[in-house]
Amino acid sequence: MGEDFAAALPANAWNWIAVWRRNYLSWKKAALASILGNLADPMIYLFGLGTGLGMMVGRVEDTSYVAFLAAGMVATSAMTASTFETIYAAFPRMREQRTWEAILYTQLTLGDIVLGELAWAATKAFMAGTTITIVAATLGYAAWPSVLYVLPAIALTGFAFASLAMTVTALAPSYHYFVFYQSLFLTPMLFLSGAVFPVTQLSGTFQQVAHFLPLAHSIDLIRPEMLDRQAGGIALHIAALCMYAVLPFFLSMVLLRRRLMR
Amino acid sequence: MSNIAINLTGVNKSFGNKLVVNGLSLTVASGECFGLLGPNGAGKSTIARMVLGMTRPDAGQITVLGVPVPARARLARQGIGVVPQFDNLDLEFTVRENLLVFGRYFGMSTRQIKAVIPSLLEFARLESKADARVAELSGGMKRRLTLARALINDPLLLVMDEPTTGLDPHARHLIWERLRFLLARGKTILLTTHFMEEAERLCDRLCVLEHGRNIAEGSPHALIEEHIGCHVIEIFGGNPQELGSLIRPYVQRIEVSGETLFCYAPDPEQVRVQLRGRAGLRLLERPPNLEDVFLRLTGREMEK
Repeated sequence: MGEDFAAALPANAWNWIAVWRRNYLSWKKAALASILGNLADPMIYLFGLGTGLGMMVGRVEDTSYVAFLAAGMVATSAMTASTFETIYAAFPRMREQRTWEAILYTQLTLGDIVLGELAWAATKAFMAGTTITIVAATLGYAAWPSVLYVLPAIALTGFAFASLAMTVTALAPSYHYFVFYQSLFLTPMLFLSGAVFPVTQLSGTFQQVAHFLPLAHSIDLIRPEMLDRQAGGIALHIAALCMYAVLPFFLSMVLLRRRLMR
Repeated sequence: MSNIAINLTGVNKSFGNKLVVNGLSLTVASGECFGLLGPNGAGKSTIARMVLGMTRPDAGQITVLGVPVPARARLARQGIGVVPQFDNLDLEFTVRENLLVFGRYFGMSTRQIKAVIPSLLEFARLESKADARVAELSGGMKRRLTLARALINDPLLLVMDEPTTGLDPHARHLIWERLRFLLARGKTILLTTHFMEEAERLCDRLCVLEHGRNIAEGSPHALIEEHIGCHVIEIFGGNPQELGSLIRPYVQRIEVSGETLFCYAPDPEQVRVQLRGRAGLRLLERPPNLEDVFLRLTGREMEK
């Protein structure tokens, strides 16, 4: 059993690239629609909430509300982009399109496929988050050049949420189950992680909960850099996000092996 | 490399309480076409998946191309090409892109893949469709592309799970012709099928599966000789029971399948004499084939 599991893990450090390139080729064919789809939502939130609510709330944590919200939207867009890629694109590739099955005929392992899918989802998260960062920086809501430190944080956020979504993909019997993940996990997290208002506005219990949420760690990494402030606990946030990237990867491997290689 | 391509010894596999493969042992020699023949649910696809290391047997040993499977299946798969039962091509990609993407899974560089694509397209008779999207291809073209895709790593062994199911006769004959071409070039083929004609035309040897057990094995010709060994008369129309009792003394065996009476008769003329003058009967006399063997072995509606 242990030996079997080891055989399903990524075979080497580069096999996953073939899977990433497959998805990249597929994405290129509909790149414009995909980019617009991934950007529209966070942009609307940024400017809708930012200007509308911003007029009412004034300054938050010593900055304009739009600038405060921008970091939240960068992290959220990365979360959404990699989650949606994993549950709505990787899932059909695993199931009805049988793409994974075809790949398993080759010298790639299940681990190579999963890693390639995660890397691709993280890439889409990176593209979405980076674009919003650039827009925010251009409009003066983020500071050069410290904003550049945001980019690796976006990629790591993408990996963490892709990995989490992969366990959902591995477990879900059908598309209907993804709604639970979105509305019971992602949406509450948006409000508990300081994306739209500071975590300090929450009651003590919820503040404790926030310490464990991947989106909160992502925002705590991204916001200080965008606002050119001293960030605290960087190592902790990076470690937490790495944990959210690595542990669900192994869990999803166990689940997917059970599902696909009976 | 030995001259044994696949060896299964005492392989068992259950899903839940259902025993799907039951004590199966078989050997496929390099360069031969070996058929797994059986009705749906006989365990054919499960055996194919086990050979690829995609399903682990509960008991028994499997060796493919000299390496133990599933332990070292990844190494074995470098020398295997697979044609699955259901197409799993990338529909949004062109024919050429499908080959390119698949070659990369074998670690081939873009240059290496582009060098072999023309010959694969020629083999699959898809030269004119190279830049067509797969979604635009006919069923037969998709199967041929799947076959070309399976050849991209220049495999020694091809594993084909019902390669012509769902194809029209013309497309099927073209696939068969291509497979014979591959056999002539020394490839080994493991073929699952429920088409007797396909097995008879292509397979050097085959085994007949029922409930995951190997109930007969040999060349199609030897199986037919051994289990039938005489001419067959199919009789349509009339009451099979009544006709059966009339001609029973003159035949070796009688089987009824649906409305058809199958007579296995060393001397067909005797049967004809008995039935002469009866209206509404249609008689078809023919040499025995694998379907007769299959009917006999799996005992469908067998008469005493």
